[in-house]
Amino acid sequence: MNGVLRDAVWTALGTVRDPELDEPITELEFVSSCTVSPDGVASVLLRLPTFFCAANFSWLMVADAYDAVSAVPGVARADIELEGHFVAEEINEGVAARSGFAAAFSGEARAELDELRRTFNRKAALAGQDIVARPLVDSGTTPGQLAELRLGQVAPSAELTRMRERRADGGLPRGDDAPLLLHEDGSPVTAEQVPLHLRRARLTRVSIEGNSGTCRDLLAKRYAATS
Amino acid sequence: MYEKDGEKYFIVDEHQHFWNARPDNWVEGRENLAKGWIDCFYGYHQLAPPETHWPLEKYQRWTLEDYRHDVFEEGHVDHAVLQSTFLYYWYKEGFNTTKRNQMVAEAFPGKVIVNGRWDPREGAEGLRRFEENHKRDNYKGVKLYTAEWYGNSRGYKVSDPEAYRYLDKTRELGIKNVHLHKGPTIWPLDRDAFDVEDVDKAATDFPELNFIVEHAGVPRIEQFAYIAVQEPNVYAGLSVVIGAHMYARPNTFARFMGELLFWVGEDRIVFGSDYGIWEPKWQVEGFIDWQMPDGEQFSDYPKITTTAKKKIMGLNAAKLYDIEVPPECQISAPGTTADEEKAPGEELFIDAGTAAGAQA
Repeated sequence: MNGVLRDAVWTALGTVRDPELDEPITELEFVSSCTVSPDGVASVLLRLPTFFCAANFSWLMVADAYDAVSAVPGVARADIELEGHFVAEEINEGVAARSGFAAAFSGEARAELDELRRTFNRKAALAGQDIVARPLVDSGTTPGQLAELRLGQVAPSAELTRMRERRADGGLPRGDDAPLLLHEDGSPVTAEQVPLHLRRARLTRVSIEGNSGTCRDLLAKRYAATS
Repeated sequence: MYEKDGEKYFIVDEHQHFWNARPDNWVEGRENLAKGWIDCFYGYHQLAPPETHWPLEKYQRWTLEDYRHDVFEEGHVDHAVLQSTFLYYWYKEGFNTTKRNQMVAEAFPGKVIVNGRWDPREGAEGLRRFEENHKRDNYKGVKLYTAEWYGNSRGYKVSDPEAYRYLDKTRELGIKNVHLHKGPTIWPLDRDAFDVEDVDKAATDFPELNFIVEHAGVPRIEQFAYIAVQEPNVYAGLSVVIGAHMYARPNTFARFMGELLFWVGEDRIVFGSDYGIWEPKWQVEGFIDWQMPDGEQFSDYPKITTTAKKKIMGLNAAKLYDIEVPPECQISAPGTTADEEKAPGEELFIDAGTAAGAQA
């Protein structure tokens, strides 16, 4: 096997996130195997926590993996296969044929998944505000000050960068002059709304992190014999 | 009744099943779906303490004697509500039909309530059948599974016009309780199937009905809680919240409970074991022993009181279902004005201005 190319493929897979859990599929252990043949064919097998994981999120992960791996220089072809899933066949064939979600699920779906992806990027961006703003609240920043705070005034951190990326993917302002606190629809948060908004940001974070934990548990139980 | 440290708890388990998922009930040509469904449930089962795990064979179908033992003898449950999930698409006789549930009710008279069900896609004929069944069974509640497969359809929203016709009928028949359960599919499939926005709409338009959202909306607890704080007729069902987290992810469980107590409040949270996904015994005992942990990540959440536990474990659901509670299990403390109390989240909501102003 081509070790250097295999590493590059793995790195590419690390850029693919579960849109709902907001974590890379490699860290979630959704990649059950990844090999590259001498002639540059990358074969990736994906697995999920349950047989009935939602079709739309599953599609996004397979399609994103296909795009990410195909873009790696030296990869001649990407074979991405989802296993053990109620619509694995539709997803695998649809992604390989680049047919799009609505065509692959003709009669059951009306649109592509851009809106779904945007919604979950915005949830992740809201959860990120809890992570970034909490230390400021703890150190005595008032609601009025928080409502006025711009991203450029917040000390740089990995969490801030991550939140900015989610905002970019969710179509929300992320420049230095963008407010730190934003509603999911991108509207600014007034000083009066700050306490409620922060609770809501935390609630969203609790939800995403909680779901992530349960998915990890279910995956570990499902593949206990093989991992 | 469950007694601990001198306190007596009346236990109402508002979310139970009595299913048949044995291979002889799998629809030919759809065995992978029938097997996939029960295997998926069995995965969730593994999140319970290991000593409570069942062999797969029992998990696929258990007996009335098992039910008696697990629920009433060991499980501390005084009163149970059985919910139906049909799934005729891949189970020949259905998965967990009202008919199977009636069998349980007949075996344990006066202790088991069987809820009806409907599916808006069954149209006028379904509506007529529902009314007929109600005349026979006198439902106090219905269970809706919005991810049910029906013909070519993979699900529905409770805010669909067809669903409103059924909600109208439900109200007209004097049925008060609507249990909602989201699943992984919906029409159209490009939408988030777990989204609970439709409940918000229906709860506003049908204020006489109580909407009990199972799993407290998990995996969309963030959306559910925000809806529940604004809708006084929306309740959190603790099925899955306890079962999948209290043992497997205690920190997540504490945070979920903290959020629910904050947004929804102790008067609108009801216990459901989701039996046979999990047994009630460890859930009842564990919840009554449970307390919000100390430590910084929980410091914003309140400690839970014995009164709150009594309400959540039975008194709230007893009110919804008009179940008589023995005097020794009622809340004795004088001056309890729980009915007028707000969840703390509600105060915050009002402070932030109007709903429109605060809503993102």
